[in-house]
Amino acid sequence: MLAPFRWGRKIWRRSLSFRVTTSTLLLSAIVVTILGFSLLSRVTTGLLDSKDRSAISEASSGLGEAQRLLDAANTGPATPSAARLVDSVIATLGARSGSPSAFDVLLLASSANTDAPERGTNLVAVSSIPVELRESIASTKRQSWTYSPIVFLDGRTTPGLIVGAPLTVPTVGPYELYYLFNLDQEQETLDLVSSAVVGAGIILVILVAGVALLVTRQVVVPVREAARIARRFSSGKLNERMQVKKEDDLAQLATSFNEMAQNLALQIRQLEELSLLQQRFVSDVSHELRTPLTTIRMAADVMYEDRGAFDAANARSVELLQEQLNRFESLLVDLLEISRFDAGAAVLETDRTDLVPMIERIIHATEPLAERNSLKVRFAAYERPAFVECDPRRIDRVIRNLVDNAIEHANGTGVVIELAGDSDSVAITVRDFGVGLMPGEASLVFSRFWRADKARARTTGGTGLGLAIALEDVRLHSGWLEAQGEPGSGACFRLTLPRVTGESFNSSPLSMGEGFSEGPSGGSDAGADELAIEASLSARTRDPLDTAPWQKGGP
Amino acid sequence: MMSAGSRTDSGVRGKVLVVDDDLALAEMLGIVLRGEGFEPVFCSDGSEALRVFRESRPDIVLLDLMLPGKDGVDVCRLIRAESGTPIVMLTAKSDTIDVVVGLEAGADDYIVKPFKPKELVARIRARIRRNEEPTPAGLQIGDLAIDVTGHSVRRGEESLSLTPLEFDLLLCLARKPGQVFTREALLEEVWGYRHSADTRLVNVHVQRLRAKIEHDPERPDIVLTVRGVGYKAGPL
Repeated sequence: MLAPFRWGRKIWRRSLSFRVTTSTLLLSAIVVTILGFSLLSRVTTGLLDSKDRSAISEASSGLGEAQRLLDAANTGPATPSAARLVDSVIATLGARSGSPSAFDVLLLASSANTDAPERGTNLVAVSSIPVELRESIASTKRQSWTYSPIVFLDGRTTPGLIVGAPLTVPTVGPYELYYLFNLDQEQETLDLVSSAVVGAGIILVILVAGVALLVTRQVVVPVREAARIARRFSSGKLNERMQVKKEDDLAQLATSFNEMAQNLALQIRQLEELSLLQQRFVSDVSHELRTPLTTIRMAADVMYEDRGAFDAANARSVELLQEQLNRFESLLVDLLEISRFDAGAAVLETDRTDLVPMIERIIHATEPLAERNSLKVRFAAYERPAFVECDPRRIDRVIRNLVDNAIEHANGTGVVIELAGDSDSVAITVRDFGVGLMPGEASLVFSRFWRADKARARTTGGTGLGLAIALEDVRLHSGWLEAQGEPGSGACFRLTLPRVTGESFNSSPLSMGEGFSEGPSGGSDAGADELAIEASLSARTRDPLDTAPWQKGGP
Repeated sequence: MMSAGSRTDSGVRGKVLVVDDDLALAEMLGIVLRGEGFEPVFCSDGSEALRVFRESRPDIVLLDLMLPGKDGVDVCRLIRAESGTPIVMLTAKSDTIDVVVGLEAGADDYIVKPFKPKELVARIRARIRRNEEPTPAGLQIGDLAIDVTGHSVRRGEESLSLTPLEFDLLLCLARKPGQVFTREALLEEVWGYRHSADTRLVNVHVQRLRAKIEHDPERPDIVLTVRGVGYKAGPL
């Protein structure tokens, strides 16, 4: 039932020409209907007015004639019978009608006197006279008229005009004389006129709608063409231009569009050139810096290996050299990576990858760091294998970074990694229970060179670019990377990746921030949390890493 | 890592040809390599590289990708055209394209500058080490006959020329036919990597291997891809 309605609405919204044509059709139909009605009513009035006037004057003179006849009969030597009197009146009046008769006459007795003879011409039935007319004549005692169908005794009816007037028949009493004018001809004329008006109206409306369709098509076709070209342009075909014909408004649209396209294409090409230039620059800087750095690095390493043979000051100098070289190196690597992102030169190399072994490898690789911080990294995978289309090199780097960060900021309390997936996405949370984040810091952690604690910055490693790079890597996958935390309760980082790169998803399969409003860690609430985590770990995973008892170190 | 014993004669663990135009780096490489018992040979010009290679007959080549005279990638192709000697690229660019172009030109492995001396030495040793695991002298996979001790692969009467790396890769897969190896496992088995994650090495060399041993490299029946996991040796 609703389908055609919906279809109509859809076309209404989509098609300008449909909308214009339909509304033109409706409006012109309304206007033509109003015009037609007023035209018809004027024609009707005109036609009937003249008829009325002649009818009323005819009826008046007939009435005078009849009254004269009756009066003459009354004053004559012998008063004829009422029946004869009435017959003669009817005959006289009927003779005035001519042939074919222009009207019929009916003489009716006003009173309910059954003796009073009633006569009419041409088989006109008494029922032709409406009761209202009779009452009006009886009450006003004056001539009165109305339109009413004329009924004949043989059952025919024709439209008619009925004029009635009171009349006194001597010896019998009050009578009413009715003239019944046949309006057949006028009706025919009216029918003809109205069918002509309706026909003309319909043709007019269709014509107007057709014109509207034609006119809108003239506008819509170039507009559609413009839309098609704009689509092609935005899909990267920068050489698409509109054709400029004539000099009308549409040509102006085409000209402006082409100018816009020209400018856009120019700017895009400039940006592309700039990006290419920057890429080349980064690449050159990279090479020029890396080669001497390699030599320095090797020289420092050789000296570092032999530092036992140096005196204390030299040995310490070599150690410092080594440490700072490490720092310098990772800074260089990260800077080059960031500038590759900035230059738009980062490319994804996606592959269907199982994230579970990847995370297990990362945990294995970060074991020395975890041991130095005297904590355990625990992993709960609620889906295994957890396949996702991603660039494994980049995602490995992102997760490694999150885990390193969590270990460094956990203050020895522990790090929990969880993995879960749904049909559209896979999420990984990395949760620590250490220093946490101050309010407002969650959005800052991804800023370049931002550090949570300025004082700590000197002692911990990291370039300050790790999370910024991670965020860029995740963006490249159209995924999410979010942070949440509370001072003293630790921080949680959540990575959500679409199953298929570039596809959209609405929600992450893992929630973050559980336990942040529970109060400071170390309290009884935190203890309850631990139990809950322990329970969910043992219930939902068979990871061998989880067999070690969960220990929460630190104060 | 004490594995290169079979190649050691008179204390020299192997001859390394260093092709690099940066003299300071070349000298430093020399110091490190000598310290580890290798015998370095130097060449600083790409167009000279092939001549020096023929004369010195090294066990392994360290090749810088950016060279004067002739591009490192071209040198790589020329050496590979006449020898299976392991080639390790030294590259300042970790960009995908550079690495893949180098690998496709025939390099076995690459190392990104700046690298640690130990890392470099480990890579070199992994490449010139011979597999000493006890294996049967001959293996059959598909219609290929692998002579493990003689380091050769034959299809019927035809001898296929594989580089040592390609041979190791095929051997690794063929030892356990039907077993799926992840790219990471292959990196560890064949390249000697522990934690590294650059699986492009595996992808490129599987392509090169297929080009040599498959009837139709587009539809392989010896080295099969297991989507999302890795590779396995084909039907028994």
